Amino acid sequence: MAATAVATRGEPAVAAQDGNTNVVSGAKEITLNVNGEDRKVTVEPRTSLLEVLRDQLGLTGCKDLQDIYVDGADTVMIDGKATYAGTTFALQAEGKKIRTVESLRDGRSIDPVIAGFVKHDGLQCGYCTPGFVVATRAFLEQNPTASLEEIRKGLGGNVCRCGTYDGITKCALELAKGGA
Amino acid sequence: MNPFEYAHPQTENEAVALLGEHPGDSTILAAGMDLMPLLQQSVLETKRVVDITRVDSLRGIDTVDGGVTIGVLTTLEEIAYSPLLAEYPSLRDVVDGVRAIQVQQNGTLGGDLCHLPNCWYFRSGYGLLARDGGRSLPEVGDNRYHAVFGNSGPAKFVSASRFAPAFIAWGAQVRITGPEPDQEQWLPLDQFFVTPQTDRQGVTLLKPGQLLTHVWLPGAGQKLSATYEVLEMEGLDWPLTAAAATLDVDAGRVRRASIVLGHVAPTPWVSHPAADVLIGQTVTPETARLAGEAAVSEATPLSANAYKVRLAQTSVTRAILKATGQLEGGL
Repeated sequence: MAATAVATRGEPAVAAQDGNTNVVSGAKEITLNVNGEDRKVTVEPRTSLLEVLRDQLGLTGCKDLQDIYVDGADTVMIDGKATYAGTTFALQAEGKKIRTVESLRDGRSIDPVIAGFVKHDGLQCGYCTPGFVVATRAFLEQNPTASLEEIRKGLGGNVCRCGTYDGITKCALELAKGGA
Repeated sequence: MNPFEYAHPQTENEAVALLGEHPGDSTILAAGMDLMPLLQQSVLETKRVVDITRVDSLRGIDTVDGGVTIGVLTTLEEIAYSPLLAEYPSLRDVVDGVRAIQVQQNGTLGGDLCHLPNCWYFRSGYGLLARDGGRSLPEVGDNRYHAVFGNSGPAKFVSASRFAPAFIAWGAQVRITGPEPDQEQWLPLDQFFVTPQTDRQGVTLLKPGQLLTHVWLPGAGQKLSATYEVLEMEGLDWPLTAAAATLDVDAGRVRRASIVLGHVAPTPWVSHPAADVLIGQTVTPETARLAGEAAVSEATPLSANAYKVRLAQTSVTRAILKATGQLEGGL
């Protein structure tokens, strides 16, 4: 772990305090692997992954609802696990594979979860939808044959103020039965 | 959020050294789901966050000394699915109640055990003891989610840990390292939790420079167990009350019993009266009901939370019935 790998921008970086190579202070340039690409970003210790994705990388699918925190609109996948980007420090995501909702579309090809949300009317205002889609994708990867009860238990970490849960649950149930 | 340093040790000794450099002003980071909002809202301030997630010795579940050792970075999902923990169904019950894949996949055992109280006064910046101008806010204000046991001192919040009742009912021990390198101590999990008398005291025994590293469970043997949580909502929420039961039943009669309540006191609440009712008895709906009554016989509810006494009683009764396969119906 090179102490000198600390960039100086904004606040002066002090890396090797007391000869300690494991401490980051101030701004630092790091590389995050996002949707299969290595992207250089500049973060402070207090910077959340959500801020980096939205403000530096323009990936605005994940949403910021700071007053509520655990609402799920900020859900991304880190090494395949559904994760709240708003409560993850950007520095913690270094060296990991981050996937956002933007990765679920490739040209004209879209993930079956997105198609399922459309088919079952699993959205209304759309604000929670990207996070809900990512959570549903991560859930189905862990529970490919989930029951209705398991779906309800797994997807309780996403809040939809429009109340579209029924459509989302139907989407997940259909994909679970279809083995998606 | 005030600026702070981020430290990322690779070993337990590095973590302890990094925590010890700013004693009292360093914070341990795992998944961050509890810590980050507290820092963002300036409820907590810190000079250094020590991210322990790269310390590999803190991960995993292993068979040790006739029991099972679980590293504090083990996730809820790993605990729920581990074959080594299949004989401890009360742990799986806890994960079942955490209805969010984000928390199941990232939330850690250590993060749960060290989770700070959800008391809304604490979360609004009034400190653990929730005092304002000499008044105890839970005493004069809205205390519907506060303690119904152990609340005669200044602390009125309830312990937030969801795993603690189940682990304590199993007789779990915990390992703490620091503040010196390689220094370690083991102690029963119920002694790990403290009821603070001051805001600085915290909710666990951990002192500056110390780290919780592992939890050890004794062998399950033929013991039965369950956790029963009362959840107000279907989505992600904290229990109003919970109870965990671990029962050693021999020839139809209870030889040993351990009943621990959660979310009713500033610490997990071991109920000896409930356990005593069961000893020597056959578990039936009637004995389970009597144990529930005994569990709350010494409750001291605040002005607006007497309803929690009844919920705690029912939690105990149903945890006992669930452990013995007698819980019927959806709830």
